[in-house]
Amino acid sequence: MPRPGFVLEVDRSTPPTLFWRGEGFSLEKLPADRSRVIYGPEPLAPLKDIDAAIRHALDHPVGSEPLRALLRPGMKLTIAFDDVSLPLPKMRRPDSRQRVIEAVLDLAAEAGVDDVHIIAALALHRRMTEAELRHALGDRIYDAFAPRGLLYQHDAEDPDALAYLGTTPKGEEVEINKRAAESDLLVYVNINLVPMDGGWKSTATGLASYRSLRHHHNVRTMEHSRSFMDQHRSELHKSNWRMGKVLVDSGVKVFQIETTLNTDTFPSPFEFLSKREWEWSARERATYVATTKALGRTPSRVARKIFHSIEAPHQMTSIQCGEVGAVHQIATEHVLRQQLVEVQGQTDILTMGIPYICPYNVHSIMNPILVTCTGLGYFFNLYRGKPVIRKGGVVIMAHPTPWQFHPVHHPSYIDFFEQVLADTTDPAEIEANYEKAFAEDEWYRHLYRTGYAYHGVHPFYMWYWAAHGLQHCGRVIIVGGEPRAVRRLGFMPASTLDDALEMATDVVGRDPTITHLHTPPLLQAEVT
Amino acid sequence: MKALVFERDIPRFAAARVAASFRPGRGARFGPLSLDDVDPPELPGPSWQRIRPRLAGICGSDLSTIDGLSSRYFEPIVSFPFTPGHEVVADDERGRRVVLEPVLGCVARGLDPPCTACARGDLGNCERAAFGELAPGLQSGYCRDTGGGWSTQMIAHASQLHPVPANLSDEAAVMVEPTACAIHGALRWPIHEGDVVVVLGAGTLGLLTIAALRRVTPAGVVIAGARYPHQRRLARELGADRVCAPDELPRLVRRLTGSMAYRDQLTGGCDVVIDCVGSSESIQQSLAIAKPRGAVVLVGMPSAVKLELTTLWHRETQIIGAYAYGTESLSPRRRRRTFDLAFGLVRDADLGRLVSATYPLTRFDEAIDHAANAGRRGAVKVAFDLRDEKERQR
Repeated sequence: MPRPGFVLEVDRSTPPTLFWRGEGFSLEKLPADRSRVIYGPEPLAPLKDIDAAIRHALDHPVGSEPLRALLRPGMKLTIAFDDVSLPLPKMRRPDSRQRVIEAVLDLAAEAGVDDVHIIAALALHRRMTEAELRHALGDRIYDAFAPRGLLYQHDAEDPDALAYLGTTPKGEEVEINKRAAESDLLVYVNINLVPMDGGWKSTATGLASYRSLRHHHNVRTMEHSRSFMDQHRSELHKSNWRMGKVLVDSGVKVFQIETTLNTDTFPSPFEFLSKREWEWSARERATYVATTKALGRTPSRVARKIFHSIEAPHQMTSIQCGEVGAVHQIATEHVLRQQLVEVQGQTDILTMGIPYICPYNVHSIMNPILVTCTGLGYFFNLYRGKPVIRKGGVVIMAHPTPWQFHPVHHPSYIDFFEQVLADTTDPAEIEANYEKAFAEDEWYRHLYRTGYAYHGVHPFYMWYWAAHGLQHCGRVIIVGGEPRAVRRLGFMPASTLDDALEMATDVVGRDPTITHLHTPPLLQAEVT
Repeated sequence: MKALVFERDIPRFAAARVAASFRPGRGARFGPLSLDDVDPPELPGPSWQRIRPRLAGICGSDLSTIDGLSSRYFEPIVSFPFTPGHEVVADDERGRRVVLEPVLGCVARGLDPPCTACARGDLGNCERAAFGELAPGLQSGYCRDTGGGWSTQMIAHASQLHPVPANLSDEAAVMVEPTACAIHGALRWPIHEGDVVVVLGAGTLGLLTIAALRRVTPAGVVIAGARYPHQRRLARELGADRVCAPDELPRLVRRLTGSMAYRDQLTGGCDVVIDCVGSSESIQQSLAIAKPRGAVVLVGMPSAVKLELTTLWHRETQIIGAYAYGTESLSPRRRRRTFDLAFGLVRDADLGRLVSATYPLTRFDEAIDHAANAGRRGAVKVAFDLRDEKERQR
C-alpha cells in the first residue's frame, strides 16, 4: 500500500535534503525547527492489465456511446495525441499513447473505417522527430501511417489547414486544425501528468492556432489562474472550456481519452531520487556519492545526453473515455489521488531544485527562460487553495542556469533573452511591446513549420507562465546560477543555499519559515 | 618646452608591438615615445602662430601608433620625430581659446593653387600631404614641423583654428575634432528616411557617430553594438534605439529588419553599418549584417585585416572609408564645414561629458594605459591636461 504524501518538519536529526540542480543534484541541510519538506505520495499501483483496461474503457465510456458505436465505414476519423512535452521523463516503451491508439485503430479497422489521420497536437511546440514519434506511437503505427502522410504534426501556421469556428461569449476566437474540425469523429489521446492537462485544453490548445491561443496564453489569464493546476480557480481552464463549447456548438465531435500515470519517475539505480532521504539504503547513498562525483567531471553536454536518455518506469493508473468534461473530472481525481499533499499554512521562503527537464526541453537545453518557467510557472503553481509561499515571500531555486540555448529548438528564445529581457522583465510590458513582432516574424514561422523550432511567441508564453509567481513573490534567488544569466532574468544569483537564505532575510526578516518542494516526482500541495 | 616625442626607432617599435600584445597601451612604456625637453617649433610663415594646448585628447589612431600597430601606409605621410596629439583645444597668441582642425591641407602647406580635393573643401582627401613648406604629415600631431597637442606649445596655421564660444567648456571643445570625424562618417554614405543603421563599437567614435546619426541624418532605427555597460547607457542617451552586445547584433538586426537566414547568415540586413572598430572581426561582422547592396562605412582606422569577402561579392556590399572631415553636403545646394557642424553637435548633445579622465604629461604612460583600456575601465575619452601654468612655463 503506497504511503500518502506528507510534510516533514526539519529538526536537528533530519538528514540533508535532495535538491535538483539541472543535470545534477546536491544534498542541503535546511535550518532546523523552521523548515519543512513536502514529499508527494508514493507511486500508486498501476493497472494490472493495461491493454484490457484500455479495451474496457473504450467499450464503457462516460457520457458517450462506446467508441465502436461511433465508428462506421466511410467516416473521417482523426486521432490526435499529446506531443513530446508529455510525459516527463519520457516513459518506457510501450508508451501509453501507443497502447491506446493501437486499440482505437483495431476498433476502426473492425468497423471498416479507412480514412484515418493521426495528428501530433503540438500547438506552438516544436515538431517531433521521427525517433520521438516512433517512441510515442510505436513502429507499427509509424510505419503504417507516416509514409502515406497520414501521421503528421499540427501546423498552427498553415492557413489552409486551419478552420475558424467562431468566438466565445468573451470574444475569444476559436481556430483549430481543419482536419480535426471537419472529421466525423476526433479521438484525442491524453496523458494527464498534472491536473491542468486534458479536458478541453487538449483540443482548444493542442490543435489551435496562434490566433486562438493568444486569448488564454497571456499575462492576464496567467495572473488570474490561481493556480492553473486548480480548474475551479483557473482562468486558463475557464477559457479553454468556453472554447470547448464553441467546438461542440460547431459540431466538432470529440471522443476524449485521458490516461493517468503513477509517479514512478526514475529507473534503477536512481529510484532513490524519489525517495525520502532517511530511507536511502547504504547502496543508494553510495550511488548518490558516485553519481555526483562522476557528474562533476562530466561535460554538461554529455551529462545532458545521459539524463535525457532516462526512460521513466511510470505506469498507467487509469484510463477513461467519452465526453470531455466527464472524462476530465475522473482523470483529475486520479491525478490528485496520486499527487495531492495537505500542507498547513504558507511559508516565507519556498525552495525548489530545478531538474534537467521540463515540458519544453526534451532532448534539449534547459535554458534560463525555461528555468524561470519551471520554477515560477510550474513548481510555484503546484498548489490548490493558497500558494505554498506567502505573498511577498522569497523563492529560492537551485539550477546552474547557463547562458545557453538550443539553437535549433529555441531560436526565438535567444532573441527574447538578449533583446527583450535586456529591456524589461515585466510580463505586461513584454506582452504589449514585443509579442506581436515575435509572433509574426517570418523567420521564426519558417523554423517552426519546417524545422524543429518552438514558435516565435513561445518564450513569451514561458514568461507569462511565470507571471503569477513574479507578481506574488518578493524576490527570486537562484543558487548556483550563472550570475550574468540570472541577473538578466531579473533575479539574484547566490553561490550556496546558505548565501541565498542570508540574502532572503532582507525581504522576509530573520528566522523565516522555509518550505522545500521535494519534486520531482510531481506533487500538488493542498494549502490550508 | 615639454613634449611627448615619438621617434623613428625600429627596435623600440618592435618592443612596443610585443608589449602591446600583453596589454593594450603598454607601447607607451616600451616604445619610442618619451617625455622630452625640446625647442619650440619654428613658424614657417606669417600665417602661422604659436598655440598653447589646454586639453589634448588621446585618439585610437594615436594608440595604434604608440603600440606599433598602425599601417606602414602612413610612413611617407608622417615625419619623425613628431609630437602626437591632434584633438586639441588651445590658447592662441591673442588669448582666445581655439580648437585645432589638424589636417594639413594645401592652404596650410602654402600650396597655391590647391589640389582638387582641397579646392572642393574636402581637406581630408588632400593630395599633397607630403609636399609644400612643411615636412610630410597628414595632420598636426604626425608632422615634425608643427609639433602636436601632447606638449606645452605647438604651431598652427590660421586656417586650422576655430574660436571656441565662451559657453563651451574645454572638455566640450576637445571633443570637437573627433565629433567632426563622426559627422563625416555618418554623412559618408547617403542615409535615407527610415534606414536601419548599425554602429559597431561604442568607444568615443562609436558614441559620437550615434549622436551624429541622430542629428544630421534621417536614420530610422539606430542600433549600437556596445561591449560595456557605461557604453550601452551612453549609446542610449545619445540616440541609439537599440543597444546590444556585439555578438548579439546579427540576431537583433535579423529580427528588426525582418530578415530570413541561411543558418547563421542573414538573407537581408541593415541598410548601413558604420564600423567604428576597424578590426578583421568587426569588418567581417559588418559585412554579415549589411543587406545586399548595403554599405559598410569604416570610421574606425583599420590596419592589415583578414577578410572572407565572398559575402561582399555575393551581396554586392560596398565598403567605404571615412577619414577625417572637410566640407559636408547637407543638400545639393547646402555645404557646411564639418567643424561648424561639430561645434553645434558637441553643444547640443553635451558631448563634453564623454571626457572621463585627464592626466598631466608627466603621467603619460598611465594616461595611455587608461585610454587604451577605456572600455573596461568605464571611461570614454582620456586627455592630457596642459592648463597648469607652471608646466607651461617650463
